[in-house]
Amino acid sequence: MAEETTPPTSAEPAASKPAVPARPAAAAGGAKPTAAAKPAGHAAPKGPPLATLTPELAQLQQQFGESVIAPAPYVGVLVNDLGKLREVMTYVRDQLGFDMLANATAVDYIKEGYIEVVYHPQRSKGGEPITLKVRVPRGNDPVAPTEVAVPSLVPVYAGAEFQEREIYDMFGVRFEGHPDLRRILTWEGFYGWPLRKDWREPYYEGDTKPFESRWPGGHHQLAEERVPWQDNVNYPPGFDPLNFQANPDAGLYDSMLGGVPGVEVEPNGQAQRSPQPKGVGASVPVLDRNYNNLADDEELQTDQIIVNMGPQHPSTHGVLRMVVKLDGETVTDLKLVLGYLHRNHEKIGERNTWLHNIPYTDRLDYICGIANELGYVITVEKMMGIKPTERAEYLRVIMTELTRIESHFWAIGFLLNDLGAFYTPALYFITERDLILDLFESVTGSRLMCNYMRFGGVSRDLTEDQIMRARELAFERIPRKIDELEQLLTDNEIIKARTIGVGYLPAERSINYSLTGPCLRAAGVPYDIRRVDPYSIYDRFDFDIPVFYGADVYDRYRVRVAEMRQSLRIVQQALNQLDQTKPGDIQAGKKAYNHRVPAGQAYGRVETPKGELGFYLVSDGGQNAYRYHVRSSSFINLNSLKEMTVGQKVADAVVILGSLDIVLGEVDR
Amino acid sequence: MAELTNANMPEELQNDPRVPDDLKNNVFITSLDKIYNWGRKRSVWPMLFGLACCAIEMIATAASRHDLSRFGWELMRASPRQADLMIVSGTVTKKMIPQIVRLYNQMPEPRYVIAMGACATAGGPFKEGYNVVSGVDKFIPVDVYITGCPPRPEALLHSFIKLQEKIEKQSLRNVPWYRKGEEDVIPVPVLGPDLVDPRRAQEIKGKAEQIAEGQPAA
Amino acid sequence: MGLLGTGILKGLGVTLRHFIDTYAEDLKYILNKSGVQQPRPLRRQSPKARGLVTVEYPRERLPLPENFRYVPFLVYDTEKQDDKCTSCGICAKVCPPQCIWIVRTEDPVTKRPVPQPKEFYIDTTICMNCGYCAEFCPFDAIKMDHDYELSYYPHQEPHARLVQDKAELTKPDTYHASIHPTDWHRELEDRAAEEAKKKAAAEAKAKADAAKAAGGSAAPGAAGAKPATPAAAATTSKPAPPKAEDKPADAAGEASDQ
Ligand code: SF4
Repeated sequence: MAEETTPPTSAEPAASKPAVPARPAAAAGGAKPTAAAKPAGHAAPKGPPLATLTPELAQLQQQFGESVIAPAPYVGVLVNDLGKLREVMTYVRDQLGFDMLANATAVDYIKEGYIEVVYHPQRSKGGEPITLKVRVPRGNDPVAPTEVAVPSLVPVYAGAEFQEREIYDMFGVRFEGHPDLRRILTWEGFYGWPLRKDWREPYYEGDTKPFESRWPGGHHQLAEERVPWQDNVNYPPGFDPLNFQANPDAGLYDSMLGGVPGVEVEPNGQAQRSPQPKGVGASVPVLDRNYNNLADDEELQTDQIIVNMGPQHPSTHGVLRMVVKLDGETVTDLKLVLGYLHRNHEKIGERNTWLHNIPYTDRLDYICGIANELGYVITVEKMMGIKPTERAEYLRVIMTELTRIESHFWAIGFLLNDLGAFYTPALYFITERDLILDLFESVTGSRLMCNYMRFGGVSRDLTEDQIMRARELAFERIPRKIDELEQLLTDNEIIKARTIGVGYLPAERSINYSLTGPCLRAAGVPYDIRRVDPYSIYDRFDFDIPVFYGADVYDRYRVRVAEMRQSLRIVQQALNQLDQTKPGDIQAGKKAYNHRVPAGQAYGRVETPKGELGFYLVSDGGQNAYRYHVRSSSFINLNSLKEMTVGQKVADAVVILGSLDIVLGEVDR
Repeated sequence: MAELTNANMPEELQNDPRVPDDLKNNVFITSLDKIYNWGRKRSVWPMLFGLACCAIEMIATAASRHDLSRFGWELMRASPRQADLMIVSGTVTKKMIPQIVRLYNQMPEPRYVIAMGACATAGGPFKEGYNVVSGVDKFIPVDVYITGCPPRPEALLHSFIKLQEKIEKQSLRNVPWYRKGEEDVIPVPVLGPDLVDPRRAQEIKGKAEQIAEGQPAA
Repeated sequence: MGLLGTGILKGLGVTLRHFIDTYAEDLKYILNKSGVQQPRPLRRQSPKARGLVTVEYPRERLPLPENFRYVPFLVYDTEKQDDKCTSCGICAKVCPPQCIWIVRTEDPVTKRPVPQPKEFYIDTTICMNCGYCAEFCPFDAIKMDHDYELSYYPHQEPHARLVQDKAELTKPDTYHASIHPTDWHRELEDRAAEEAKKKAAAEAKAKADAAKAAGGSAAPGAAGAKPATPAAAATTSKPAPPKAEDKPADAAGEASDQ
């Protein structure tokens, strides 16, 4: 048992990594980021814009002179010279140590006429992220992307791939040098750029809620009756539905088909399967049982095939579509098609008032709604400069950590489902989960969509009965059940055979892919926001950040089990300290429903069971968010799926996906 | 559903207000029907097909506490070919609806659809979203609706009971699936600049032209 | 690492224990004839329980917690024979998916708003059951229902049932009291406090009037006898609901901004 006390540098575990990962059986590494990990004198912009620069940004400015400016009042720095962006980012990554791109998004400043792309790089060792921005003129063409392209950051941060595609899809910002710049959440051929401020959805009723038509003269009207198409659709003028070429997957297969014989990619981008006789294909060596190549003349003529898994597939955890290229049973390429559950969370979020958004965040990652609410609420509180009451803080922690346990139960159950242990483990764990949900229901009123957090507090206090119930669960029932879970699964030889060494992704690649959450900690990086950038009152509790070094499916499972135990520790401590707070004191200030948030911007983040959940909010001082962006861990974690899966068997592809524990509501938003 | 006829119902019954509308078509429930429906209603196999948050409650319904199997709805089948019931559990997006219609077309008759939750019923809280279909019934016929966001597992079970009621009321005489001739196939929507319903193509074309000419399309 | 296969056996042990538990627990229940028992669904869901957890839904039901929320309903005051709603519009504003439509009643003569809704719609196909309306209503006029058995198969117009109008939404306060006892209790207390306050105010006013009539000399004494009136108003847990003026909602909200 090696107790890991300092966070290893990102390269360390990877460098000492043999081909088959040896596993130093590190249990909970009490990896407190030391003071060194947090840059001294770090004055990050909090809430309303500050003109002060963090030392890193100042250094950056020194290094690059005029091409990096920070006009006051401005959060972060602006990279003035687009051509230098990649150079600046490489410097940020290598010299300043911000090795992980936490978040990339864009804001459409329509009045000023530009779109600002915002990057939040951060250190995998901890500390707050820094903010860098670039601007491109937005142009006024409804369909054309921006004329000026931003250099793609994929060569610097692999985790930028999906995020840049999302920016392209939502804002029409082109990225030069992106390996596969296609629409990601909508489909190819979609009309317009949805998150631009001048783009209107078909059921558009007003820029901001509450809508005028509801009161005082609120005669009910269906949205369908209000719009010209009598449906939630909108077509460009003169659109001819009888005579158009639809190809929502345009470009998808082309990049994958390069290696498939018999298929030529024509100059127009349309892949054509030429009528070749069967059996003409890439020759694959025939191996004997010891993987020795048999004589050349015994080679078979085989073909690679492309298989679509999903969006309706029992093991894609919802409506995800994986397109895999197979050579026999081995995956040689993988592409994801997302957006089958794209519910326009951000567009709706920008119409909503600040309060309206809380129940919507429940529906992001619907397995752990309360954790999402916390992320949103603390970000808004940061901007408003308010603090919740003591009791509310404790209640938040108790509920969020119970959510983590409940979510990990779910994740492990369905990982086992994917492994073929169909439903028995999942059934056992859903039973336990139901008990936690019962508590949620009795406190908040709903099992999943708790709508529990408020700005400056929570909606309801725990009664004595509910505290008793929570204690019974936290001190007695769940610990027993986690032991049982371990008995059932941890030593099981079949599980080990199926998972050890599967889905391997070394630490420094994981960081480069912006992987967060249990998957990153299973690769030996003790990165947990509750520790590296503490929020709420997590600094008061005694708990460890479990770290394992296998970077494979098995260790992701073990991290989750260990995390459940740590969460229990937190819940137990919080329940014990709860009676030191004043019952009923759950809301700071007066409860209000129309908040105004001071103009400014903030990036707030919490550690949800899936990883880092960030909210990037821009306020113009009104009742609504000017920009509401969700940095969802499930979405960004999927970036790395390809690298984990290529070279593995197709049956393992679903297992690897299961080990990432994605929730489609959060992936597609 | 096929056109149900009242042809073989006695006049006085047809006009009798005590007979519910639903039953008017089905007064002649023979004992054969009873046996037939008894068997059918206790062996509906749902399709293993989840869309969004509601799917989590659907899985919870299938788990130990609520135990779908008590109704004989034993197995969730991953293939539409083996399923009788599609539980549309969650938000139906424009990107997903072509697949849903295709799955529906692939299900053999008799087939049923439950729209679970506000989203599947009519768009729900995400109705205003640009990528959301305002209810799955815009494309496929729905047998039972459940409101709620999400419906409790019990609410889903309640909808099963409702569906059983509905199955009980069907009669061998006029069920559509023993008819001769082609099955109705619902045309699969196409993703163009926006979702295009092939059944409305002509109408869309007209309106788009009007708009292009600058007239308001009423 | 032990012998190959021990891990699997250990796991099978767990499943076997679960299997035995399902019978053992029920046997215990049957054999235990001593006195009162928890009803079965509750017993099965208690954190101490082992064995079966199934609730046989149509026959058995889990008790719903008081806070449970499904679609909202409007409370009808059976005592005063009146809607509690004053059509102030707060619920329509806090509703995140904007599923509430309210038409305010106007006095036919003066055209001034009357504190009563003329029409009230909730589109339950949009409602996300978040509970904001009930939480922020200053008049306790809208509450979240417990009736989740709303599924139906369409008879004619598929959605007619789902857009509920005022008549469908209104339920008596006795029903509200039966499903939300704690909440109801708080309301009664609030109301009593308010009555007391009103009474006190009226008395004070009467006395002051009397004093005035008597010619000023008794006035200081009367004020001294009833010093608590304004203070009592401030300390009641709920401030007196603003009597529906033109825009009580906005005024209240605006004030709380700062
Ligand atoms: S009805 Fe509610 S719970 Fe169900 S899918 Fe829609 S948002 Fe999710």
